[in-house]
Amino acid sequence: MTPHMLTRSLDRGATIFLTIVAACGILIPLSNLLLPAGSFLQVPTYLVALWGKYVCYAILALSIDLIWGYCGILSLGHGAFFALGGYAMGMYLMRQIGTRGVYGNPILPDFMVFLNWQKLPWYWYGFDMFWFAALMVLVVPGLLAFCFGWLAFRSRVTGVYLSIITQAMTYALLLAFFRNDFGFGGNNGLTDFKDILGFNVQAEDTRAALFALSCLALIVGFLVCRAIVSSKLGKVLIAVRDAESRTRFLGYRVESYKLFVFTVSACMAGVAGALYVPQVGIINPSEFAPGNSIEAVIWVAVGGRGTLVGAALGAIVVNYAKTFFTSGALAPYWLFMLGALFILVTLLLPKGIIGTFNSWWESAREKRPAETTVSAAAEDGITEPKMAEEAQ
Amino acid sequence: MPTNLSARLCTLALSLFLIAFALPAFAGPFEDAVAKFANDEFSDTEEAIGVVASSGSPLAFPIISALQDGRLMADPDTKKVYVTGTDGKSIDAATGQPVASVPDSASAVRLNNRLRRSVDAALGSLTLQSPDLATRLQAAQSVFKSHEETALEPVESALAKETNKSVKTALGEARAAILLYMSDATEVQKLEAVATIKARGDQDALALLTGIGTDQPASVTKAAASAIGSIQNTLAVWSTVQNAWYGLSLGSVLLLAAIGLAITFGVMGVINMAHGEMVMIGAYTTFVVQEVIRTRYPGLFDYSLLIAVPLAFLVAGAVGVLIERSIIRFLYGRPLETLLATWGLSLVLQQAVRTVFGPTNREVGNPSWMSGAFELGQITITYNRLWILVFTLAVFAILLAMLRYTALGLEMRAVTQNRRMAASMGIATSRVDALTFGLGSGIAGIAGVALSQIDNVSPNLGQSYIIDSFMVVVFGGVGNLWGTLVGAFTLGIANKFLEPVAGAVLGKIAILVLIILFIQKRPRGLFALKGRAVEA
Repeated sequence: MTPHMLTRSLDRGATIFLTIVAACGILIPLSNLLLPAGSFLQVPTYLVALWGKYVCYAILALSIDLIWGYCGILSLGHGAFFALGGYAMGMYLMRQIGTRGVYGNPILPDFMVFLNWQKLPWYWYGFDMFWFAALMVLVVPGLLAFCFGWLAFRSRVTGVYLSIITQAMTYALLLAFFRNDFGFGGNNGLTDFKDILGFNVQAEDTRAALFALSCLALIVGFLVCRAIVSSKLGKVLIAVRDAESRTRFLGYRVESYKLFVFTVSACMAGVAGALYVPQVGIINPSEFAPGNSIEAVIWVAVGGRGTLVGAALGAIVVNYAKTFFTSGALAPYWLFMLGALFILVTLLLPKGIIGTFNSWWESAREKRPAETTVSAAAEDGITEPKMAEEAQ
Repeated sequence: MPTNLSARLCTLALSLFLIAFALPAFAGPFEDAVAKFANDEFSDTEEAIGVVASSGSPLAFPIISALQDGRLMADPDTKKVYVTGTDGKSIDAATGQPVASVPDSASAVRLNNRLRRSVDAALGSLTLQSPDLATRLQAAQSVFKSHEETALEPVESALAKETNKSVKTALGEARAAILLYMSDATEVQKLEAVATIKARGDQDALALLTGIGTDQPASVTKAAASAIGSIQNTLAVWSTVQNAWYGLSLGSVLLLAAIGLAITFGVMGVINMAHGEMVMIGAYTTFVVQEVIRTRYPGLFDYSLLIAVPLAFLVAGAVGVLIERSIIRFLYGRPLETLLATWGLSLVLQQAVRTVFGPTNREVGNPSWMSGAFELGQITITYNRLWILVFTLAVFAILLAMLRYTALGLEMRAVTQNRRMAASMGIATSRVDALTFGLGSGIAGIAGVALSQIDNVSPNLGQSYIIDSFMVVVFGGVGNLWGTLVGAFTLGIANKFLEPVAGAVLGKIAILVLIILFIQKRPRGLFALKGRAVEA
């Protein structure tokens, strides 16, 4: 990734987005820590944690947009990669509890003592080291995505079939993680975390740091996605999305391209999950629920698929709305609203917020040809994908 | 007053005389035996059980069953024995007269394991000649299990009088069990007994034959060993049959849930994530029908399902047509968007039902003809499962006939095979789409009626079937009803055969993984459409 490529790939929207995220990532933690509590400008700690959660969702949405918006792969199982990353981080946090658990066992986490486990299962080895856990956050989801994708793309499972088997995958993992003898805490999952790298996870400054890190991860993730989609590889991905067979006949190995982007996307989802867990304080099998993955897809659709910025924006907007409505008197109607959102966005706003805004901007600019000074990247079609789908 | 006094004396004398002579007259072997309970010695108790059980006294049954439950109280001082009823009232065990209260010195007659077996056997033989058929059968079975030597005589006398065939068989088996374990039975008798028990061939027979011990004649041991082998084979066969039946039953449920999906997905290529909610609507229709019947026409309850089936079809079908006209028709050619929109729809429908009917499970009753079970060989088949299987196959056959022989069916097949060609031939494809979607949804509604009989009717009912249904359709192959049939039964049976080996959850996970792998091999399912329709 050369500096030249970086600047070339940034259009005005992306610049604004990155500036806002960076500003939030710096200002919100600073305001939370430095200003006196109760002051007008001080961001309360609970909001830092809440917004940290949204930022993690935004990374997840970004990873979905990378494959759905640019390669036409609709994964209904991305929540599984998110949860696997979360479990990898959760396992590290569990090992950090040490003797401070209820049963005070220096090696075994509480739930294992409770279930009469005699020794640590082999797949828990190494998770007492942060670097190993951090590696696993990338490796486990990436490896699963690689194996899954290798099987699926090679035998040309596409479209809704792929969506359905990704859903089956996350459902199978949901069932597996619910089992106590699977060694991941069963129904209750992993919780009661104490500290991360020696810092108390409950402390304000740790939370602020985690928030800043999440924003940084969002920025890095965005730049990675941006670099992928604006490279030659990205052009091939868009070609696969719009006409898979034709791309194959032109001599591209479609499977390899899809497999690469699917694996990268899964790793990103894993990172999002790993940042999510210490901020939320728990990871349990319900994160694997197929409904969660589909909800993440709708964030992307709301923001605008194939725009990257839109995916992140959609995740934040929808989740903010969810928090707002489910905490008030309107709580019983939230599912109606969410359901209606699914229907209305697909029917009336197929390009999402950003996509619609972009085409409005374009048409407005065409009327005033004197003002054609926007960066070249906006015109190369990346921000405005054709919505043509490979019909089944 | 002398006369008065002498009269009194006479009465007294008479009373004394009567007491002196009448008491021994009553104190027969039964009363003696009852008194032995008061000794509270295990050997005496055992003797007493035998005598009481064979006395023929109407008190025998209450005494022995009280002994079993620790309600037989004995006073070691007065040698009186009392039966405390479950209602707290007590009677004198020897006479059957009610007593005001059991003295404090009385304590429950103790039992040990050996005595408990005698008690079981005694109770068994006591009920062997009960007028009630089910009681007799149960008694014979309990003797079979306890095989106490003391029961031989009652069993044989019961066998002589018995007229019912199944009770007679059970008594014969009980007799065989006793003989097999009796040390002074002849070798011939024992061999016969082994043959009888072998013919019974179930788990109990196996346990009985395995436990005969080593002090038997060699020929008997050999016969028993061969009988054990043959019973184990029979049992293995029956357990296979049972798994197959469970599998068929699960398969029928899957088929019922998936068949509507096969139509919408197969014919229209529409992924209807709200399909499960159509099933739920059908189940709630059944609930409403039953509520109306319960409050207005209680006599019609047995017909409630017959009424609910067409209603559920109409309600769910109408909702389906409405969905197709208002949402799905705008999304043709965009299957992934359809998937998202229908998922949103499923959320809305679930929440709507939750708002109207509440979040908890609603009770839907089984009509009398759907409750209960019957035995087939060594497996138990419940009527509701059987009826659902029959019903599913009927729905499948009707649907197949409809597709084959009606004008709508012809049009539907034409649209499935080549939409544009069908349109060129003058088929109103959008009307066919609406009707197809209505048909698929209506069948899901019918499935809901059936599933309300075996599952909880709650707003989440549909969600639990949606992934399974998709698996069935994808596995079986899109656009082919036979594929759905084969897919449903294959998955159902595979699931039930994996369950005993791997456990319910792991079995399900294994099936999901297998399907995922299978789709890699055959991306378009078992029975894939061939030719241009695939890429259309």
